Amino acid sequence: MIITDFDIIDKSNLTRQYYFYNQIGQKKVFALKDNIYLINPKINVFAFDIMLKPLDIINIFKHCDVIVEAFDKAEMKQMIIETALTKMPDKPLVTGLGIAGWGDNNSIKTRKIDNLYICGDEKTEVSENFPPLAPRVGIVANMQANTVLEILLNN
Amino acid sequence: MKIILNNRQEEFNYNTISISKLLEIKKFTFKMLVIKINGNLIKKEARETTYIQDGDNVIVLHLISGG
Repeated sequence: MIITDFDIIDKSNLTRQYYFYNQIGQKKVFALKDNIYLINPKINVFAFDIMLKPLDIINIFKHCDVIVEAFDKAEMKQMIIETALTKMPDKPLVTGLGIAGWGDNNSIKTRKIDNLYICGDEKTEVSENFPPLAPRVGIVANMQANTVLEILLNN
Repeated sequence: MKIILNNRQEEFNYNTISISKLLEIKKFTFKMLVIKINGNLIKKEARETTYIQDGDNVIVLHLISGG
């Protein structure tokens, strides 16, 4: 498993991301690696502290079976989708799109366009009135994970 | 012409239109879009000069922040 991120843990992340209070201020990739090892020390985790650019995506993920996108900014989502579609069209990319707010379970869905899998409601953008909250973020994250299993087990 | 737009059939009173014109007609004013025609990605710079023909399969994906 390869994980990449450039961010550090902020208190506001704790409501929905798998970190703990004493990890505030740590680099997310390394803290996540620690937490994965606490669950299962036998998993091979490679953590890269990097802000991804197109060339990095190609180099880092070229041997992965599936890429999972969990960016927050739309610009970064566009960058990874365009890179995957043009430079690695055979690689499945599972993306999360539209996770903000609360309720409205039935608006969250999955659809597939070639090797791009989209999980989310495709409409709710994070804003002051639509914060990213654990339930919908978690639902979409689990749908992404479920999609990954489907891709891997069907191959 | 008839095209498939986001998996739905749509009809336009033109023989061909640019991507930019399609976005204008459909009022797709969103800043971050990923556009594919028949499976090929169309970059933002090419929207003015890329034309859609009868029978094309067009995907316009709206990219929204949050994760």
